[in-house]
Amino acid sequence: MSKQIDIKDLDIFYGDFRAVDGVQMQIKPRSVTALIGPSGCGKSTVLRTLNRMHEVIPGASVSGQVLMDGNDIYGAGVDPVNVRREVGMVFQRANPFPTMSIKENVLAGVRLNSRRMTKSEADDLTERALRGANLWNEVKDRLSLPGSGLSGGQQQRLCIARAIAVEPEVLLMDEPCSALDPISTLAIEDLINDLKDQYTVVIVTHNMQQAARVSDKTAFFNIAGTGKPGKLIEFNETSTIFSNPEKEETENYISGRFG
Amino acid sequence: MLTTTNNSTTTSRTLTSKQLPKATPWVVAVASIIVAIIISFIAFGGFNIPVVAVLAGLINVVAVFAISASYEGRRKATDRVATTVVTSSFILACVPLISLLWMTISKGGAAISFDLLSRTMLGMKGVLDQQYVAGEATIAGGFYHAIVGTVLITAMACIISIPIGVLTAIYLVEYAEKNRLGKAITFLVDVMTGIPSIVAGLFAFALFSTIAGFIMPDAAGIAKTGFTAAVALSVLMIPIVVRNTEEILRLVPMDLREASYALGVPKWKTIVKIVLPTSVSGILSGITIAIARVIGETAPIMVTAGFAKALNWNLFSGWMSTLPTFIYDSQLRPVSPGDAALASSERAWAAALVLVALVMLLNLLARVIAKVLAPKAGR
Amino acid sequence: MPTSTQTTVSGPAGAPEPDSHPKSGTGQRPKAVVRPGDRIFSAATLIAGILILLILAGVALFLLAQSKDTIEAQVNDPSSITGGNGFFSYVWPLVIGTLISSAIALLVATPFALGIALFTTHMAPRKLAPTLGYVIDLLAAIPSVVYGLWGIALAGSLTDFYLWLSKWFGWIPIFAPDANGDVSNTGRTLLTASLVLSIMILPIITSLTREIFLQTPRLQEEAALALGATRWEMIRMSVLPFGKSGIASATMLGLGRALGETMAVAMILSPGLLTASLVVSGNQTIASEIAQNFPEAAGLRLSELITVGLVLFVITLLVNMGARAIVAKTSVKGS
Repeated sequence: MSKQIDIKDLDIFYGDFRAVDGVQMQIKPRSVTALIGPSGCGKSTVLRTLNRMHEVIPGASVSGQVLMDGNDIYGAGVDPVNVRREVGMVFQRANPFPTMSIKENVLAGVRLNSRRMTKSEADDLTERALRGANLWNEVKDRLSLPGSGLSGGQQQRLCIARAIAVEPEVLLMDEPCSALDPISTLAIEDLINDLKDQYTVVIVTHNMQQAARVSDKTAFFNIAGTGKPGKLIEFNETSTIFSNPEKEETENYISGRFG
Repeated sequence: MLTTTNNSTTTSRTLTSKQLPKATPWVVAVASIIVAIIISFIAFGGFNIPVVAVLAGLINVVAVFAISASYEGRRKATDRVATTVVTSSFILACVPLISLLWMTISKGGAAISFDLLSRTMLGMKGVLDQQYVAGEATIAGGFYHAIVGTVLITAMACIISIPIGVLTAIYLVEYAEKNRLGKAITFLVDVMTGIPSIVAGLFAFALFSTIAGFIMPDAAGIAKTGFTAAVALSVLMIPIVVRNTEEILRLVPMDLREASYALGVPKWKTIVKIVLPTSVSGILSGITIAIARVIGETAPIMVTAGFAKALNWNLFSGWMSTLPTFIYDSQLRPVSPGDAALASSERAWAAALVLVALVMLLNLLARVIAKVLAPKAGR
Repeated sequence: MPTSTQTTVSGPAGAPEPDSHPKSGTGQRPKAVVRPGDRIFSAATLIAGILILLILAGVALFLLAQSKDTIEAQVNDPSSITGGNGFFSYVWPLVIGTLISSAIALLVATPFALGIALFTTHMAPRKLAPTLGYVIDLLAAIPSVVYGLWGIALAGSLTDFYLWLSKWFGWIPIFAPDANGDVSNTGRTLLTASLVLSIMILPIITSLTREIFLQTPRLQEEAALALGATRWEMIRMSVLPFGKSGIASATMLGLGRALGETMAVAMILSPGLLTASLVVSGNQTIASEIAQNFPEAAGLRLSELITVGLVLFVITLLVNMGARAIVAKTSVKGS
């Protein structure tokens, strides 16, 4: 599993407004890439274009190419629904389905895509996904209880389990720890480290220490001012970005002298 | 500032201020009522409820203000007057509402019997009512046919309006995205909410008598059926269902839809498997409220289904009665005129009790549904 | 969503096949699809929406179609219309009666409704408040025919009050006694009907304003209290301004309800000619005119009543649109 992502000349628009301008990136398989930058710089928007989730917002459109192992996900005839089966996503706020139990939540993606499973297959998949999300030991005795009864950090890991249960190639994470306490954050960060053995992980984070801790490569986005489009300033090895960035803008941002 | 807010004569800031004892408002209220009654007897020579009520209210307000202002200060006094006015308007408004409920329970409860519930008005004669009023026989007739009619017509109205209403709400929330059609529909649903119920009835009647006119000229009469009534009720019910469902669907967090899309689930399946189950309790309780609203409608039924005296199970032919039209008919066109009209009135009150109980039950049911089916956090 | 999706999806069928690897059969292979499920589902919801458009158009259209006879009669022979002076002189008193009764109902009900809403949201003991709100909602659900029944039973006891009114305030035309110096001895007058109407619309206005008051941001209320405001000052500073447009729309909805309310008036009022006085028999409203005459009507009379219904439809439509305009204006200012 795991695919390489090539982003070529990606512009993102909301209606007529150009939100992000000319992004060029190559994201290697089995790696963690962090997107950092100030609020409103378009990093979450870029993340969402990687599985076409930005289309959920009316009026959003892109130009340019996003290639998954060479296939343009914006190519003619590509169904965004199929793209999303390949590219899983975890959101800022944990959002387990409130009507479903823990187990049903894990299986939701597979079940809703109408794949038939025997009971033992379903049990296996549940265990595998929950183990993959480091949640199995905590919930194995209460799989039939509602997912909304878990703690915030557990809910977020449940959402990760749900995302990896559909066996995607790529996993996108949109500030997955911003609503969590430090202990839960640590658990998720450990998990991200494990996940990169199997998936291409792209994570948006506000927390630069987190980016430094979990990612192999880091992309810094910035915005010149309100109403201007966000731009990719620098994309480099994480160690380079945080110790010896090429651009002054990056240096200013990571050293806290922002602006 | 504290020193200026209370009338205490001290110049230094204090945290305490003079306060009237807690019971003061009630004492003043009772005193004002007594004074009002006395004035009523002196000036109008008797106990006149409206006069006493108005006078007592005025005296109370003035007294409260005067007492409080002299002791606690102007601001506090204004607050007390506002509290008094609001509270007494609440109590005053409750009087007719309680009287209505009480009358329904007492009059209806006294009249209702299993016989009334299980018989129809078929073969009803004025003589029977005269005998009953003279104490020579038990009450005759009943409204079983009206109960059946109510259930059938309402059920048919549900069959028509629930799918249309729920699907429209889904269109508005999930698909319309503020396009022109969506705006037009929202506007027209608003307009429909304001259609007077009798106009809805006239519409259904006009619709079916126009159709009937094409098939069989001079046969507009056959347009009056239970089904016509159900269509009339649907016109009233659809906007309520759309409104309630729309409101509930908009409450479903966007997060959940996104989570589902991100799993590669198609939109329609996201709606059917995620959005609707999450909101099912709200939707069902909204529908129940809508049923409770239309089940008590009289005007649209009387212009579309007439007044039947006998049991009619066929929605598509012949007149039908419902509980509301039965109540109206019994009260305004009693079987026997004169004193014996009392029997008709008793039947009307009994039917009113059944109807009110039914409406209350539906409202309670809506609450229960909302509670029981709501997604729970099982911690 | 679908618009932006479809533009990209509807490409040529021969889309480039990705050189995707075999994987546990989740069917990930991107293919050119317009999902039938999506298509069917969105079509179904769209049809439902369009059906609503049709119904509303139908209401206007079929009422017009059935009014044809009346319009022809009005053109050819106005004297054949009830009253003998053409349609407009027939419908005019009805319109006036409708407006008067609704206006009185609204005037009486609105202050009380505000009082109840304030009481149940901000003044009643905390434990009692939700129950009271629920009771109000229940009362809003009581069928109007029951209100009518109740009104008839109580109308008689109002005659003393009307006599007193006409004695002391008879110089005001609306409380004037009839030629014999008497008032209606059954109490079944337009004033009684209006009062019952006001009680009927009271719970509706109340439950709408209640909802608005409950939505007042807690922070605003607390900010006012923290400045040392008394409860009433807090209500005036935060609750009422916040609820302004909501109150306006609730009142207008109440007015719409009162205009179209049929049964209470039809049952209570013993109809008659248009008179200024509200305490003697007489007057009639559109809705009750229809309700009282429709069961026996046939031919031209039937068509007349339907035309009258059309007039009512137009009036309520205007009121509702006016309400929306007011709400739109005030809420823009308020924000």
